[in-house]
Amino acid sequence: MSPENSAEAHITIVDYGIGNVGSIANMLKRIGVPCSFARTREEIMSATSLILPGVGAFDRGMENLAERGFIGPLTEKVQGEKVPILGLCLGMQLFVESSEEGSLPGLGWINGRCVRFRPTEASPIKVPHMGWNRLNIVKEHPLVADLGDDQRFYFVHGYHVADLADEDQVALVNHGGPVPAVVGRDNVMGVQFHPEKSHRYGAKLLRNFAQFAGVALR
Amino acid sequence: MLQTRAIPCLLLKGRGFVKTTRFRNPKYLGDPINIVRLFNDKEADELIVLDIAATVEKKPPQFEFLANLTSECFMPLCYGGGVRTIEDIRTLLSIGIEKVAINTAAVASSDLVAKAADAFGSQAIVSSIDAKQNWLGAMKVHTNSARKNTGLDPVMVAIEMDKRGAGEILLTSVDRDGSMKGYDLELIRRVSEAVSIPVVACGGAGNMEHFAQAISAGASAVAAGSLFVYVGPHRAVLINYPTTPELRRIFAEHDGKRQ
Repeated sequence: MSPENSAEAHITIVDYGIGNVGSIANMLKRIGVPCSFARTREEIMSATSLILPGVGAFDRGMENLAERGFIGPLTEKVQGEKVPILGLCLGMQLFVESSEEGSLPGLGWINGRCVRFRPTEASPIKVPHMGWNRLNIVKEHPLVADLGDDQRFYFVHGYHVADLADEDQVALVNHGGPVPAVVGRDNVMGVQFHPEKSHRYGAKLLRNFAQFAGVALR
Repeated sequence: MLQTRAIPCLLLKGRGFVKTTRFRNPKYLGDPINIVRLFNDKEADELIVLDIAATVEKKPPQFEFLANLTSECFMPLCYGGGVRTIEDIRTLLSIGIEKVAINTAAVASSDLVAKAADAFGSQAIVSSIDAKQNWLGAMKVHTNSARKNTGLDPVMVAIEMDKRGAGEILLTSVDRDGSMKGYDLELIRRVSEAVSIPVVACGGAGNMEHFAQAISAGASAVAAGSLFVYVGPHRAVLINYPTTPELRRIFAEHDGKRQ
């Protein structure tokens, strides 16, 4: 596992000490997408496209970004330069404005908030939502192009984004009701599931992102 | 709607995968990396890898070896065996393992599951419970690869682990391990009725019909060893896994429920 740092277009995975960046690099390597890690502000600033991973609690994610001084550079790249970014799981949740899971504000790049799954008597779902589920694609988007009829993705999360603008919703997943699974607003994209652990379906989605970001596959 | 999971459960001994019967007589299956690659190709829902020698030999997880293994694994991976400390768990998660199963240490050290769930989230922490019948027919939780009888009732332990924040229970019947005679449905029923978190049934699967029985009894997912690594009456080693249509057919009544 030796992601290469090169000047040409590649995907930069933000390593902010939360979640496992190795799995994502492994999958990108497997599908021939050049990638590197960003562990400093400078490495973020030199990115041509970004992946923001993340597993765990919302506040912890925001704290880790803040401690490393990453919020400024990320905002400049994503909001200023309009560099494509893909949030995975918690990474995507950090894109919205706030979360029931914590008290810190999110990055606020997408209007919405993060809420906890609430099982009811009518729909006694298990929390966390854990396992393989199908996407219900509600909007054409390059990220979810040609996933195939048998597509399925691996989810594991106790909170989900909500109160999104209709035009930002790309795909939903059913767990006690429709839940946003893929969001997209211009250059800002996020998926609630783990494409790096979703076999060829996740591989296809990551390839789609690379293509959107203008990264040449090896 | 969530799809009911069928999970190969692979036992690690040293640097090889083995299969046991009632937790004894490990038979060598093959090179772990090759076997994981085969399950990638077959698009298995998830993998469970349990190091059955680590705790017994008082060794920590084989971190470097596991890092190589996870780099070849493109499906979610749960690891158990020799996990004793928060640092062990942190290292395992950092090398690309999604879930860490805690068995002996969960019973021995009362706050490990709670601390781990707090630090890494419930979704990353699996409480592994090995249950074995005693001579009076009562189910008792065993640890140290079923070498040590704790005298505890599996239902009580499951409730306690749920309370402490485990995200899932891996419930293994020691008596059924390697038997291929079907799951202990009574055990599954009692434990899954008592907890709110998903129960993964393990021990005894011999065919796909057994999967449906375990889910009907209340399990959220099924794990199996022999069924996915052996074929035929003489148990020739052959890695196999049902196709997605086969699994969806067998779980047609269960997908989306109890999950």
